[in-house]
Amino acid sequence: MGEKILEIENLHVKYKTDESDIYAVNGLNLCLNKGETLGLVGETGAGKTTAALSILKLLPKKIGFITEGSVKLGDIDIINATDADMRLIRGDMVSMIFQDPMTSLNPILRIGEQIAEVLQIHKKDMSKQQIEERVDEILNLVGISKDRKNDYPHQFSGGMKQRVIIAIGLACEPDLLLADEPTTALDVTIQAQVLEMMQELKDKLNTSMILITHDLGVVAQICDRVAIMYAGQIIEIGNIEDIFEGEHHHPYTIGLFGSIPNMNEESKRLKPIAGMMPDPSELPVGCSFKERCASCMEICKAENPEEAYLDTHMIKCHLFDRKNESKTMS
Amino acid sequence: MSTPLIQTVGLKKYFKTPKGDLHAVDDVNLTVERGKTLGVVGESGCGKSTLGRSILRLLEPTSGQVLYKGEDILKYDKLKMHEMRKNMQIIFQDPYASLNPRMTVSEIIAEPMRVCKTITDKKELDDKVNELMNTVGLANRFVNTYPHELDGGRRQRIGVARALALEPEFIVCDEPVSALDVSIQAQILNLMMDLQDEHGFSYMFITHDLSVVKHISTEIAVMYLGQCVEVASTKELFSNPLHPYTQALLDAIPIPSLKYRNKKRTVIKGEVTSPINPKPGCRFASRCKYAKSECVSPDRSLKEVNANHFVSCILYK
Repeated sequence: MGEKILEIENLHVKYKTDESDIYAVNGLNLCLNKGETLGLVGETGAGKTTAALSILKLLPKKIGFITEGSVKLGDIDIINATDADMRLIRGDMVSMIFQDPMTSLNPILRIGEQIAEVLQIHKKDMSKQQIEERVDEILNLVGISKDRKNDYPHQFSGGMKQRVIIAIGLACEPDLLLADEPTTALDVTIQAQVLEMMQELKDKLNTSMILITHDLGVVAQICDRVAIMYAGQIIEIGNIEDIFEGEHHHPYTIGLFGSIPNMNEESKRLKPIAGMMPDPSELPVGCSFKERCASCMEICKAENPEEAYLDTHMIKCHLFDRKNESKTMS
Repeated sequence: MSTPLIQTVGLKKYFKTPKGDLHAVDDVNLTVERGKTLGVVGESGCGKSTLGRSILRLLEPTSGQVLYKGEDILKYDKLKMHEMRKNMQIIFQDPYASLNPRMTVSEIIAEPMRVCKTITDKKELDDKVNELMNTVGLANRFVNTYPHELDGGRRQRIGVARALALEPEFIVCDEPVSALDVSIQAQILNLMMDLQDEHGFSYMFITHDLSVVKHISTEIAVMYLGQCVEVASTKELFSNPLHPYTQALLDAIPIPSLKYRNKKRTVIKGEVTSPINPKPGCRFASRCKYAKSECVSPDRSLKEVNANHFVSCILYK
């Protein structure tokens, strides 16, 4: 076990709206070691982005609340950190790459200025000259010629903009990078370029990364560990081998894999999961997956399952509960 | 050989821009056989959607022919075209934008039948709407709801029901699942394949997702900057891709299996060049690792390299 960089325990996040309270994250436990890449996988509305925003305390003011739990970044307690503390943490220790490269850059600032901004805030001892040099260096790292640093975002294509955003995220060499669907808006050939670059940078800088995605193919390519999220909880987590080649899985994970058309085998029909995710404003009693689950039992309707571990692999399902452990997970 | 259901001959669609002509679809020759699915793949901006819309005359093509059972529909007048539309329908990409927010589900599904006056009796129309909703797996309780009350998967089912309302022979599916989550995507794909088995529809399935297109298509056309660079049966294309662009495209797909984790990929450098006044010759040449001086020669027609496998590249003569 390496050095722990992020520890989330029993995190609950609630959004308040005029009509009802939406329970976006419900008891999330997550640990991340230094240099590790974790894939956070789930459908729209599973609470992936909310979890990432909670780490940065960027939940919308007066709407999103962390109601319970703890988030620790190294030794720092994020929940009790002040706004001033958070401003020092964001961009320096943790940075985030947002989903849509088209809207997350400031259209009226040159890209060189936008990269320099992070450095001006966090590296007060750097001279103007040093900042300029660092901007050139980081642009070179993400594969953009330094001659283009005086261009505006609209002069770049989607893939190039995403590189600029990654450059901003990496400018201060953060310990942790949160990448929220960094390649979803890009074409496959451009996606392949960006993924290859992120992989190289991660190896070079030894940054830890949480990669939020719904694409299991991307996960298989660059992650070390995978967490599957459903209705605000992690229902399965494990090393990449556990998830992709392991024997036991949560029924939802099986459904997720059954939904992807397989590129290597001839299959006539897909095996999707029936139904929809439960309404996050009225979460059901018991297991949140019970209504879509083929192996739903009596106990699933009444009790939320415990986390069952087998070495590095955790599954949150009554099928693998401690009581049944001897027959299922031995 | 029987006449194919849909055939395009030298189809072109240019858009006028201040900088010159944008060649969105440039000399495309494709055929869709009865009861089969032609997949059209390519990156964003390669002209896939424009091609789909030009075939339906939702965009008036600049030149070329669209043959429906051998007849050129581009020569049809307004009245005849209106009649013709009963046979060809489209499912749009975005289930959030393609449904009128002020109409209820039943009004949306009934509209094509109202417009084409195929069913005039009110009672009969209601029955037909119910039947269509059953077919696509929408519960009857949604009859009087508005699109904003439904999630993406259900909305896309409305789009499918609407396209089926006139019992067409040919449906253009313009990225019908790309706005949906994987589990919902699988439900819609299964539905579309079941409907095809039952009713014998022909699909033109436009997408950028190669795993989806592999799953649903019988034949695939790969497009690059308005031109069709390779056409082959699905099996042939995936086992033996010939055009360097197709090879790169297939190589770029992230595969959800660990076997390919450490495989070195050939990542193509650069990005799509501008489709405005393109230079003669191969449009992929600037990104192609096999590019030679002959690549600028203007002849870019598809050549049959293997049986029913067409490719336009100087590597294959």
